[in-house]
Amino acid sequence: MGKTLNIDVHHVTRVEGHGNIRVRASDGRIEEVMWQVPEAPRFFEAMVRGRRWDDIQTIVARICGICSVTHSFAAIKAVEAALGVEVSKQTDRLRHLLHYGEQLESHVLHVGYLVAPDLLGQKSVVPLVASHPAEVKTIIRGHALGNYMMELIGGRMTHPIAARVGGFSRLPGADQLRDLKTRLEKIVPDLEAIAALVASLADRLPAFDRPTEYIALKQPGLYTFYHGDIASTDTAETVPAAQFERVVNEYVSPQSTAKWCKWHRDSYMVGALARYNLNAELLLPLAAKTAKALGLKKGCCNPYMNSVAQVVESVQVVEHSLQLIDELLTKGIEPEFPRVTPREGEGAGAVEAPRGVLFHRYAFDREGRCVKANCCIPTNQNHANIQKDFEALVPRVIDRGQDEVRQLMEMLVRAYDPCISCSTHYLNVEFV
Amino acid sequence: MGKPRVAIFDFACCEGCQLQIVNLEEEILGLLQVIEPVEWREAMSDKSETCDIALIEGSITRAEDAERVKRIRARAGVVVALGACATMGGVNKLKNNFDLHDVKTCVYGEAADMPHLDTMPAMAVSEVIPVDFAVPGCPMSKTEFTCIVRCLALGKTPVIPTFPVCVECKRNENVCRYEYNEVCLGTVTRAGCGAKCPTAGGWCFGCRGLVDDPNVNAARDVMEQYGKTMADLDDRLALFNSKRE
Repeated sequence: MGKTLNIDVHHVTRVEGHGNIRVRASDGRIEEVMWQVPEAPRFFEAMVRGRRWDDIQTIVARICGICSVTHSFAAIKAVEAALGVEVSKQTDRLRHLLHYGEQLESHVLHVGYLVAPDLLGQKSVVPLVASHPAEVKTIIRGHALGNYMMELIGGRMTHPIAARVGGFSRLPGADQLRDLKTRLEKIVPDLEAIAALVASLADRLPAFDRPTEYIALKQPGLYTFYHGDIASTDTAETVPAAQFERVVNEYVSPQSTAKWCKWHRDSYMVGALARYNLNAELLLPLAAKTAKALGLKKGCCNPYMNSVAQVVESVQVVEHSLQLIDELLTKGIEPEFPRVTPREGEGAGAVEAPRGVLFHRYAFDREGRCVKANCCIPTNQNHANIQKDFEALVPRVIDRGQDEVRQLMEMLVRAYDPCISCSTHYLNVEFV
Repeated sequence: MGKPRVAIFDFACCEGCQLQIVNLEEEILGLLQVIEPVEWREAMSDKSETCDIALIEGSITRAEDAERVKRIRARAGVVVALGACATMGGVNKLKNNFDLHDVKTCVYGEAADMPHLDTMPAMAVSEVIPVDFAVPGCPMSKTEFTCIVRCLALGKTPVIPTFPVCVECKRNENVCRYEYNEVCLGTVTRAGCGAKCPTAGGWCFGCRGLVDDPNVNAARDVMEQYGKTMADLDDRLALFNSKRE
């Protein structure tokens, strides 16, 4: 008794996009454990063929609303590599700021709106408005500031406008940057309050370790989200972003029809925990202190701790943003008029989305029309690892009964912060 | 009168319009005083059989989704389409410019013919079921969204602008994008976004769809004045306003 499971979760809630969970076990014998993705494919790589180089980012930003800045940057970097465009230090700093706005907004949304209800025993953030009004307002302030940064630097909260190939079409003024700095300084106590809340609930995060390969970008001297080569916890070798296909090794799983990714093992994980495991020693002081207070240690292989790593990164991006604003203000904002000449070429771009490293590649003809595209998105890279985690988790918790096992599996999927709408080209497992 | 029971559903899209609801920040607390959310998969684990207002995001691209949206229509009082994908097909309709088998092969290679990868030409929600109101844009404007939902909660009929983006752009005192040798769709696109893109130094790419009765002759005059052709206009229009099939 108690070892029979019959779990069918159709469209896991509180995740971005559509995913299903299926488990069959009788008399303690596990017959089937399956993570399925029934999202409608959208065929972006086919759709961008024939489009102009300066329309690509506008189209592919629509792969994902919540990673739209990261998708824009992956496209912009790939187009710049293909067309041989260099950008100024000022553009580079402003891109970091815009990107940090997205990291902050996405991380706070995930931890505060999607994960916190699990830890507080609720079905959504809605009942928390009445039971935890102060905490909800703190979360809203953090979320709103990330959005404010994107609006100020990118021209809009979702689907940025001002970040273009070669530079920015609109620059923030010094007074606006000073105002942003004040807002960022004021948000630090709020982030500390969120960290304290998570710390007080950390014992409700399931204890589940499984040795895993973690993959993220790595850059000397900086806990990076934007530049760098591809690194793994399994090897000292790093791979240039332009050769990302060597890392992702997309394959068809023998147990299903899903195209998954692997490098040194059967699967790997990308995201906040991967970045932390590869770059922890590069955290700025306050972020490092937050990690310590939350009990996060380098080498952690509990995927549920990904949400904790996101809290640490929220502090990190605010700290680094403050430095970047000082640098921009010291130099003074200079008007720029980037000129781009289309040419035949091919290029790749790699950027860390809030939920893990993202790769785009495009080829263009002489007029600058796209002839080929490939996008490899973080959630695509995580699918195999979610499946492997499921396979390790279910035997360990099978005695806890149907409802608790289902809850643990849903929480595991949520911990990955999946972004399933980024359904650019992964295949799906069989349908129930 | 009780608060209307509101459910939110998503189809093929980036879910960026749902994100605009979250992006209301503290204003969402005010909205919760006039509506009662009963189903919203992305944010809640609750489910509901019926609702007074169904908010639907995304395009219809599979037979199974067409069936699902019909079932939603049957259990909803009022249906509102959210954003470019739901109101007119949006970027998803770029796919309709190609042969579908070619599209599938381009992305899935040898696996293209597997049944679960089947796809049909992208359709707006209104091409499958009757839709009562539309919130245009990519992403939709959260201000316009709030206004429309509040109107519905109060039993009023929402209205959206019937003039082009150029009007709002001029009001923002922007220099016309054609002066920068760019092709801008503000001449024919429905206003209501506050001309956000030209104001941030970009061109309008038509995400809100054509305004009712667009002044095509005036648009042609502007194009000619700046040495652009209708082919240039069509090229950019394809991004969000591609044909049905």
